[in-house]
Amino acid sequence: MSAVLSGKASHSAVTESASVRRLLIAGALLFLLLFLLLPLMSVFFEALRNGIGTYVEALTEPDALAAIKLTLFAAGIAVPLNLVFGVAAAWAVAKFEFRGKTLLTTLIDLPFSVSPVVSGLIYVLMFGASGWAAGLIADTNIQIIFALPGIVLATIFVTFPFVARELIPLMQEQGTDDEQAALSLGANGWQTFWHVTLPNVRWGLLYGVLLCNARAMGEFGAVSVVSGHIRGETNTMPLHVEILYNEYNFAAAFAMASVLASLALLTLGLKSLLETRHGEALSQSHKH
Amino acid sequence: MPFTSRSALPGFHLALGYALVYLSLIVLIPLAGVFFKAAELSLAEIWAILSSERVLGALKLSFGTALIAAALNAVFGTLVAWVLVRYDFPGKRLFDAMIDLPFALPTAVAGISLTALYAGNGWIGQWLEPLGIKIAFTPVGIIIALLFIGLPFVVRTVEPVLRDTEKELEEASASLGANRWQTIRLVLFPSLLPSLLTGFALAFARGVGEYGSVIFIAGNLPYVSEIAPLLIVIRLEEFDYAGATVVAAAMLVIAFVMLLVINGLQAWSNRHKVRNQSLALPVQGGKP
Repeated sequence: MSAVLSGKASHSAVTESASVRRLLIAGALLFLLLFLLLPLMSVFFEALRNGIGTYVEALTEPDALAAIKLTLFAAGIAVPLNLVFGVAAAWAVAKFEFRGKTLLTTLIDLPFSVSPVVSGLIYVLMFGASGWAAGLIADTNIQIIFALPGIVLATIFVTFPFVARELIPLMQEQGTDDEQAALSLGANGWQTFWHVTLPNVRWGLLYGVLLCNARAMGEFGAVSVVSGHIRGETNTMPLHVEILYNEYNFAAAFAMASVLASLALLTLGLKSLLETRHGEALSQSHKH
Repeated sequence: MPFTSRSALPGFHLALGYALVYLSLIVLIPLAGVFFKAAELSLAEIWAILSSERVLGALKLSFGTALIAAALNAVFGTLVAWVLVRYDFPGKRLFDAMIDLPFALPTAVAGISLTALYAGNGWIGQWLEPLGIKIAFTPVGIIIALLFIGLPFVVRTVEPVLRDTEKELEEASASLGANRWQTIRLVLFPSLLPSLLTGFALAFARGVGEYGSVIFIAGNLPYVSEIAPLLIVIRLEEFDYAGATVVAAAMLVIAFVMLLVINGLQAWSNRHKVRNQSLALPVQGGKP
């Protein structure tokens, strides 16, 4: 009622004139075009500059395939591990009261505040040649730094918070009513979790996994520090892009980059789809 | 409805125990290693490393460029958020989804595409070079990269607050005789300020530690365009672990301080939101 009245009485006082509006829209879109869309378009343009033949060749040569395989492998380990952690942490934080809860949620977000380079460095200091934890693996034949385990560890670190920070607010919003109903009807703890909690958070879970996976496959700094850059062995896709670029093999570098950019676009598409289709099943911050 | 018996659910000890062990193994213990390693040095040695001209130059560059980029993002990010929330235009959904591109696009891909755009023969660089403006391989290039990386932080923190702002507040302000500019400056801006500062701080914190998108466009000249994370990598490659560790420890301390600041700002922002809503309540009376 009041909205209708005041809206009519002083329309121009609660919104901007058409020309100001147009100017602001034009300014914002120009900014987005220049700083977001142009870089994205240039990736695909540069990748296809020398024709589709070079493009396909750059992606099917053995080192490129090895890089793709390694990236899938590292993400394939890091994402499930962080998924299990995220569910466990969210169950504890969202469904129970305990001292130090705020501290725990802050610590879970910690990897986001750490520079990617430092995220790699911590494992070099731990397991490198003179690392302080190198003694743990000295008797075994396992090499962690400049090898696969280091890459996986660094990937786990940088993608650590994604699932947990999506699930915690969502499960807090949902409360414990459903679980308590299931328990009072005779379900045991695991049954309640599998048949009540998990279905309730499935879209939020997927959302977290989506973002976690995008970062896992795209991480550069942390992985670069622990990888050792051995072609065909310890190069992930982003590292392969760097090597090709530094060799002035721009077409091949952008070809690999375009695969990563497509992955980013796919992630964004699925993310918006989740937000519009299942917005009410995501945590408050993602509802549209 | 209050949860009278939250602890009725099972699995608390298992979930919390697992979360704590995993958090300690992956994040806390490796991070603590940086400080243990740094503590092996005397204070004089640490000071000598930190106060060396090259380290100081790198830290100053990282902080200075991150500060400038975050400030620019605060302005443009707010403009973008405003336009996306308040106005309708064709392609709005698409632009809104694209905001998250810098989160999803691997940093190395962003780095090489921005370099390709701003280099002397690039789509943008070729127009600026004749005017005597050099962006790629200068500190200005670093700011461009950080502008790209930081944009979603500001837009995504300001956007929801702007969407939740009660239109009634603006109507009340207008009906009391304020013109549009006064309403924006005196009513809207104060309610946006906490989230704007949070977005600024998030963009700044990310910018200080950013590596992948910067190293391609920066030029990496010591004392001029060499960022702190790159210096850590260079020290590691020289097997100067002490040098790398001290710079990393300094960056970690600063990151922790930023984290505290951001948490404080977010708490302030949430309090502000609640206050705003209770303020708006009486005005809402006419709504069904």
